[in-house]
Amino acid sequence: MEIVGSRRKSLLPPAGNAAPTIPLYRSAPELEVRLEDFELYAVHRLRVLKGISDALSRGKKPNEMENVVKELLKVHMSHPEASQVMNKDIISHFVLRLVYCREEELRKWFLSMETTLFRYRFLLETSEAQIALMAEFDLPYKTITNAEYENVKDKLNKVARSMNSSADTIYYKVITNFLSSLLSSSFILLRKVQVPFEKVPDLVARREVFIMKGYAYVPRNQVLSLLVTHYRSNLSKALVLTNRKWTSMIREQEKDRLTPIVEALSTSYLGPDYSQPKDFGEISLRDIDQIARSSFPLCMRYLFEKLKEDHHLKHGGRMQLGLFLKGVGLKLDDALAFWKSEFSKKVGAERFDKEYAYGIRHNYGKEGKRTDYTPYSCQKIISSTPGVGDHHGCPYRHLREENLRAALNNMGVANRALEDVMDKVRNKHYQLACTLTFEAVHGASCDQGINHPNQYYSDSKTILESRNNSKGT
Amino acid sequence: MAREEAEDTREDMVIDGVEEGHKPNYEVPDGFNSDYLMIYYGKFFPYAEMHKWMSYGNDGKHPGCDQSYFGRREFSFTLENDIYVRFQSFNDVADLENAIKKKCPFKIDIGPVYSVDPAKRNAYAQSGGNVFRPVERELVFDIDISDYDDVRFCCKGADVCSECWPLMTVAIKIIDTALREDFGFNHILWVYSGRRGVHCWVCDGKARRLDDGQRAAIVNYLHVHKGNEHSIKKVTLVGQTFHPFIGRSAEVVKEFFEEKFVSSQNLFSDEDRYEKILEMIPDESITSELRGKWQDKKRSRDDINVVRWGQLKHLLQSGKQKMLGVRRCVEEIMFTFTYPRLDLEVSKHMNHLLKAPFCIHPKTGRVCVPIDPKHCEDFDPSSAPTLSRLLEELNMGALGNGGEEVLENTSLGKSLRYFRSSFLHPLLKSCKEDIENAYAAKVQQSSNSLSW
Repeated sequence: MEIVGSRRKSLLPPAGNAAPTIPLYRSAPELEVRLEDFELYAVHRLRVLKGISDALSRGKKPNEMENVVKELLKVHMSHPEASQVMNKDIISHFVLRLVYCREEELRKWFLSMETTLFRYRFLLETSEAQIALMAEFDLPYKTITNAEYENVKDKLNKVARSMNSSADTIYYKVITNFLSSLLSSSFILLRKVQVPFEKVPDLVARREVFIMKGYAYVPRNQVLSLLVTHYRSNLSKALVLTNRKWTSMIREQEKDRLTPIVEALSTSYLGPDYSQPKDFGEISLRDIDQIARSSFPLCMRYLFEKLKEDHHLKHGGRMQLGLFLKGVGLKLDDALAFWKSEFSKKVGAERFDKEYAYGIRHNYGKEGKRTDYTPYSCQKIISSTPGVGDHHGCPYRHLREENLRAALNNMGVANRALEDVMDKVRNKHYQLACTLTFEAVHGASCDQGINHPNQYYSDSKTILESRNNSKGT
Repeated sequence: MAREEAEDTREDMVIDGVEEGHKPNYEVPDGFNSDYLMIYYGKFFPYAEMHKWMSYGNDGKHPGCDQSYFGRREFSFTLENDIYVRFQSFNDVADLENAIKKKCPFKIDIGPVYSVDPAKRNAYAQSGGNVFRPVERELVFDIDISDYDDVRFCCKGADVCSECWPLMTVAIKIIDTALREDFGFNHILWVYSGRRGVHCWVCDGKARRLDDGQRAAIVNYLHVHKGNEHSIKKVTLVGQTFHPFIGRSAEVVKEFFEEKFVSSQNLFSDEDRYEKILEMIPDESITSELRGKWQDKKRSRDDINVVRWGQLKHLLQSGKQKMLGVRRCVEEIMFTFTYPRLDLEVSKHMNHLLKAPFCIHPKTGRVCVPIDPKHCEDFDPSSAPTLSRLLEELNMGALGNGGEEVLENTSLGKSLRYFRSSFLHPLLKSCKEDIENAYAAKVQQSSNSLSW
C-alpha cells in the first residue's frame, strides 16, 4: 500500500554517527507496505503500548518504566533487517493512528501511551541523540551562548538551589551533594536553551526557571517535559485530523481492504469490551444477592449494600453500579425492576418512574443520545471524586481506613491478607489492593491484576464455575 | 448627602455664569450622584483617549489594521440601582460617547475582545461551536487592601489610611518590576481603583494574547501566599537560596517592613499582636525566650516595635540556628505581612471584567486615576481628584473656552497628561510598528506562495 502525503523524504536519521533517533511522525511516509506487514507491525506496536499501559497501572516507578520500555521495544519492535527498524516504527505508528483516531476514548488512550513511550525512549537515548532530537523539534528555542551564560550564571544557580527543599538538616549533606551534581550537570556540561516564557507555563508557575525580559532559561533536564508537551499536542492535533480524514474519505475508499483490519485492531487489543455481557450470559434478579456476595468487587458490593440499606444512591453511585450491572448481564427490564424495588421504598414508585427510570434507560442507550454506555474501568473509578453522601469511587482509595477494614472483614479478608491489602492501600496501589482481595477471597491467584470491575466479576465467575464443574463431575 | 441639595447646587452652577456683580459660590458639596456624573461624562471623561487605547492602533489607515477590533470589545455598564448591562459594544468613539452620556453608568467595566461583536453574540450562538469566545484581553491585576485585613490594624474593610496605603505601593513596585524585568512587558498602566486598591493593565500585544493557562502561570509565579484563613503562616519559602524574583522582592519587602510597617502598625506593642508573629516560628525555645524578654515593659526611648523585631531577628538568624527553616522565618514573617496579595481569579481568565480607568467610584466620588509606578510612593488616595472638586473647578474655570484647556487646568489634568504621554503614546507607537510588521510579513508570505 501507499500512504499519501510526505514532507520528509529521508526516514533515516540525519547523517553522522548518531544512534538511530526517535521519529517524530510529523507526516505519513511514502512507502510501500505489504498488507501483512501493515497489520503485523501494528499488532507489535500495540503490544508495546499495552505493555506500557499495564506497567503504569501496576504503579511502576519512572526508573522501572525505563527498563520496561526498553525490554518491550527489544521484544516487539525489532526487525531482522536493521534498515527496516525505523520503517517498522513509523509504519506501525501511522497504522495505529488510523485505528485509534476514531473515538474519543481510543484517542485518549493512544495519546497517553504514545507520549509515555516517547518520554522513555528519549531518556534511553545518548545525549548526542537527545540534542539531535531537540533540534529536530524545530522549536523556537535557542541555545544560549557562553557569554550570555556567564551573564546570568549567578541567577541560574540561584534558581537551581531555590528548587530544593531544605526543611530537614539531616539530609543537608545529601542535598548539597545532590545539588552539586545537579549544578554541574545542568549548567556546565549541559547547555541551556532560551525560550519565550509563554511556552513553559508550568515551569514559570512553579518558579522553576529563571526568566528575564520575557525569556525563560530552561536547564536541559527540564527540556524533556517541554518536548513531551509538544509531542503530545502535535499528536493530539494529528489524531483529530486523521479522524476527520478517516470518516470523510479513507473509511469509504478502503472499505474492502484496510477498513476491516483497522476496525478489528482497535477492539481486539484495548482489553475486553464489557458493554455487552459475553461470557456468562445473563443474570436474573433472583440470583443477584447471592452473586453480589460471591463475585462483586468491593466497590460494587459496597454500593450494592448501601443501596439495600438506604434504598437510595446518588447519581455517581447509580452510574457506577448501574453500568456494572449492565455489563454483568442484567437486562434493562430487570434493571428497572431492581432499582425500582429499592428506590420505591424510599421515594415511592411514582417518583421513581418520573425521576430515575429515565437515567437507567439512558444507561442502556434507550434515551437521550442513545449511546450504549460502557461500564466504568478501575482507572475511571479511582480518579472519581465522590462528595458528601456519595458511595461511589474506589473503596481502597476513598474509604476511611477503619471503614475499609470493616468492609474487607465482611468479605472474609482477615489477618495477614488484610494487612497485605492495607499495605498496598497505604502505598496508593489501589488496583493491587483489589487484586490481593480477589486472591484472598477466591483462594486463587490473579496474575493479570484487576483493571476493571467487570473483569473482577468475570474472573470470579470463571473460578467459581470451574469449581462447580469439578465438584459436579 | 441628599439629592435635593445636589439639585440646588446644580441650579446655582448654571446661574453662576450669568449672574453679574454677585460673588458666586463655587463650592460643590462632596459626594456622588447621577447629576454630577452627567456633568463629568459631559465635560471630563476622556473618550478619545479611551478609544485610542482600546483600538491599539487598529483605527488607523494602514491596510494591516483590523477595523472590527474596537467593535468586538465588551463594555459593561452598571447603572443606577445596580442594574448590570453586559456585552455592550461600540463601533467608534462617537458611539461610545453617546452611549455613556445617555446611560450615565455608575461604573464602566472593560471586558475582552471577542471573536465576534459581543452585542450580536446570540446570533452566533445558533451556529454552534464556540464561535463567540474571547480572543484578546489585557493581562490585568486587582489588588485590594481589604485582603490585608488580618495584617493591618489601622483600618478594616474598605477603609484605607496613610498607614496602610503603602502596602499598595509595595505591591505596585514588586509586581511592576517583575512584569517589566522578568516578563519583558513594557506597556503597563496602574490605576487607583477609586477606593481601596489598585488595578493594573498590561497592554503589550504579547500580554493581550496570552491564553488562560499562561495567565495562570504568571499569576502563580507572582503569588506566594499559600495559606488560607486559618493557617497562621501564610508564606513558606523553601530552597537553599531565593529564586531571583523572590530575592529581589524580599529587598523591597524588607525595606518597607522594617522602616515603616513594624512601627506604623505597632506589630510588637501588645501581646495579642506579637503572639500572632511568634506563632509563625516553629522553634519553641526561641519563642519562649522572646516571650520572656518581652514580659517587662521597660520604657525605652527607642520604638518598642523596632527593638523587639531586632531581637526576634537576631535570635532567629544568629549563628546557633542551623535549621534553614528557622532562619527563613524572618523573611516569611515579612512576606506574610507585606507581600502583594493578588485577586488571582481576575488575572487568570480572559473574560473577567475590570473597571475602566477614569470612572468615578460611587462611594467615594474619587476618580480612578492612573498611578505612575515610578513615583507610586507619592500617590496619596486622599488627594485623588474628586467629582465635586472637578465640578468646582469647572465652575471657577473659564467656562466657554475650549474643552481641552479646561481639562488641562483641573485637578484631572495631571493624570490625563500622564496617561497620554507615558502610557498611550508609547503604546500606540509600538502598536503601529506591530501592525506594520505583521502586515509586511503577511505580504511577504503571500508573495512567496505566489512565486511557488
